[in-house]
Amino acid sequence: MALAERPHSTDAVARRLSLWRLVWPARVPGGFRRTARVPWIPIAIISVIVVMALFAPLLAPYSPIDQTLRDKLLPPAWMAGGSDKYFLGTDAFGRDILSRLIYGARVSLIVALLALTAGGGIGLVVGIVSGYVGGAVDSVLMRLVDAAFTFPAILFALLLAVTMGQGLGTLVIAISLLLWASFARVIRGEVLSLRQRDFVALARVRGCSAPRIMLTHILPNVLNTFMVLVTLNIGVVIIAEATLSFLGAGIPPPTPTWGLMISEGRGRIADAWWVALIPGIAITLMVLSVNLFGDWLRDRLDPRLRQL
Amino acid sequence: MKRYIARRLMQGAILLCMVATIVFFLGRLTGNPVDLMLPEDATPEDRTALIQTLGLDGPILDQFAIFVGKAVHGDLGMSIRMKQPAVEAFFDRLPNTLVLIPWAILLGMMLGIPLGVVAALNRGGMLDRAAGTVAVLGVAMPSFWLGVLLIFVFSVELGWLPSGRMGGPSHYVLPVITLGTFLVAGFMRITRSAMLEVMESEFVKLARIKGLSEAVVIWKHCLRNALIPVLTLWGVFVGNLITGAIVTETVFAWPGIGRLTYEAVIYRDFPLLQAVIILKSILILSINLGVDILYAYVDPRIRLA
Amino acid sequence: MTVETVLEVRDLHTHFFLRRGVVKAVDGVSFSLRRGEVLGLVGESGCGKSLTALSLMRLLPKGGARTIKGEVRLGGENILECTPAEMREIRGRRISMVLQDPQTSLNPVFTVGDQLREAIQRRKRAPRAAVMEEAVAALRRVEIAAPEQRIGQYPHQMSGGMKQRVVGAIAISGEPGVLIADEPTTALDVTIQLQYLKLLKRLQAETGMAILFITHDFGVVGRMCDRVAVMYAGRIVECGPVRQIFEAPQHPYTRALIASVPKMTGPVGRLATIEGQPPSLMDLPAGCRFASRCALVEQRCLDVYPGTVRVGEEHTADCWKAASS
Repeated sequence: MALAERPHSTDAVARRLSLWRLVWPARVPGGFRRTARVPWIPIAIISVIVVMALFAPLLAPYSPIDQTLRDKLLPPAWMAGGSDKYFLGTDAFGRDILSRLIYGARVSLIVALLALTAGGGIGLVVGIVSGYVGGAVDSVLMRLVDAAFTFPAILFALLLAVTMGQGLGTLVIAISLLLWASFARVIRGEVLSLRQRDFVALARVRGCSAPRIMLTHILPNVLNTFMVLVTLNIGVVIIAEATLSFLGAGIPPPTPTWGLMISEGRGRIADAWWVALIPGIAITLMVLSVNLFGDWLRDRLDPRLRQL
Repeated sequence: MKRYIARRLMQGAILLCMVATIVFFLGRLTGNPVDLMLPEDATPEDRTALIQTLGLDGPILDQFAIFVGKAVHGDLGMSIRMKQPAVEAFFDRLPNTLVLIPWAILLGMMLGIPLGVVAALNRGGMLDRAAGTVAVLGVAMPSFWLGVLLIFVFSVELGWLPSGRMGGPSHYVLPVITLGTFLVAGFMRITRSAMLEVMESEFVKLARIKGLSEAVVIWKHCLRNALIPVLTLWGVFVGNLITGAIVTETVFAWPGIGRLTYEAVIYRDFPLLQAVIILKSILILSINLGVDILYAYVDPRIRLA
Repeated sequence: MTVETVLEVRDLHTHFFLRRGVVKAVDGVSFSLRRGEVLGLVGESGCGKSLTALSLMRLLPKGGARTIKGEVRLGGENILECTPAEMREIRGRRISMVLQDPQTSLNPVFTVGDQLREAIQRRKRAPRAAVMEEAVAALRRVEIAAPEQRIGQYPHQMSGGMKQRVVGAIAISGEPGVLIADEPTTALDVTIQLQYLKLLKRLQAETGMAILFITHDFGVVGRMCDRVAVMYAGRIVECGPVRQIFEAPQHPYTRALIASVPKMTGPVGRLATIEGQPPSLMDLPAGCRFASRCALVEQRCLDVYPGTVRVGEEHTADCWKAASS
């Protein structure tokens, strides 16, 4: 006699949970994807974009800046009126959208690289110091982190763009401001639990200095978490860069960036949709891919971060 | 409770001072701020006159004192482009944003919270996966592009909805969707994970032991607890909404404070931008204070502590 | 004896179906509960006591637990065959339960009064004032001082012992015929434990309900129970009146458990412990489940499960060596 007795177990997947999980139910609720398969499609998309960025001069059929006004606003090749010369069409100045897209990937990735290094690095240092030193240092730093969470960093980024002028440096500083607090908060939490561990106590007993312990015992143990955070934040940086470019506070024209391309194209949305919509597809695909890849990496390296 | 609110007010005041200080000194980053405050075609006489009226020829700390003194009296300088006090320009535009934001929040909550609950109840099922896809996409799409896409589909191609400017109810649809999408995704994610955690707890078991119906167990006992973490994220949401409003109002030519921010940036109207940032900070802090009070109402452990 | 049997459990099997295999957490449990008695269910943690209780409530944890076989007769009706809606009617009104940890069993965001009211309203629809009055009375019944004030308080404003009293009040407010108490005092201070046990006893005497008292502590069994069932690795290995079990335990496992209880009288010696570990519930032996830890093990113990032997009027044991009567 088989009794269908599962009135409250709406969870078909959970049947596959380990016994250990049943005895000790996970406090951290699972993400949307439980089985972590290698995300090949996102990896492929990311690879394509990285290759585009690295070899832009070789891959781009045209200059991303030079204007060919007689070829302006041509639709993509597959559409009526499209030309084989310009696969994704041209913008209002007759510039090849494909070429601009390829060079735009460069800007996105350079900004991501620099901002993650700077912002993530600051966050890492603040997190380690705050977590390890504790006390007043910790409470002051954490108040700062709270403040940074309360105020939209975009506002400061706009202010910087106006006062310092547009450019790569301004952009990187602005986006670093956006990043450091979330890095600091997570890393600090990690350090707080590391501090309780035996090897740290042992190092202290041996007479290691605090900076030495932070550098040789704490830092290597938070690098996994740091890498996961970096990956999960690539998307944040790309969106922030595009948003600032869109608002006229990014890298100034004529350098092609994806956000700027959307901004320039949105006025012509009625007669030339491809100018604004194609770069947006590129951004969405890129961000989606790095987020899916980041989720997978997090599940592999540091599942506790799921609650973020 | 009173002490709790008082403490929050104090923290808010300190934060505000920090913002004002940062804004002031950032303005000095590239030399004399009069260069930022004057139109490009200003004469040297204009420059000297402004320096004197603003007291910018004194030491920097005196200047700061003047800035603070004026700010306290509601004077944050003149907008270059609009030729009107920046504070006034802000308050002229504020109502237009305030009629937009509640709808976006409503959309986010009405859609995001129930979807989160349903996703949690169907964990691993089709609905859960569909909701997860929406959440992932909602985060990956830049909202300004979503706005442009919506205009293309619903205004240009289908011709159903107006593409911008304020007007009747139909004018609200696309901006509200653009502004609310990330809220839907955010509310859903948090509600879902909070629900999953709450549903495992012992008090839910006791509620079932009492023989309560599943609807009461889920929507009363579980959801009320799950809303606590949802509320804690409000601070982040409010910040996002302010940013989102800049982008959305820019895309839809909506004459609110977001669009005003954008205009201040592209016209390099520093006094206006400075005022907008300080006033927005006050706005954010007040909303956060309100949320904190609401939070205390939902969680008696804080209210009665 | 012709006392009415209120709950009869026959051959109950509740297993966890996992990808790695089947965990036979409850594997053929049978017992009965009579009106007005306290039956102790004793065993080490992980032997299936709590899961037995949850099977009776039909509130199995998520994650692949299913009752696949057996009967749970509550007043003659097999509740394993009820629909979820019927089961909801039964819970709280006819069978109820007190959970282990008072710190987590009450909802932190509702007042004690609200949570009690929900339970009372299951029994009858009445105006709010009348229900509140009844809630105050219910708190008074579980010996909470100043119930009028307590009713408006939140769980975090109360001590653990007081919370557990509230949980008790909620559990019995539907006037159930059967109350399952799953280690209700484990999380309480020692001094509070005794008070709580006395309270349960008194409530039982007043209402005539039957209590299934789950514990790992044989000391508490002697104080609380009329009969006791000893559970090991998913099965009940010995069952009988408390006095008989204490005086003449038949199963070596029961003997070991009793020996591990510190005695009040007699010389203070080393407490007996049981060597080894219970078998994996995923891979149970063919013979007696205690065989690997039993001092008296023989070949037949390893080969064949002994089956239930009657050793006294109401006393049974699952052991080849039990002195059958």
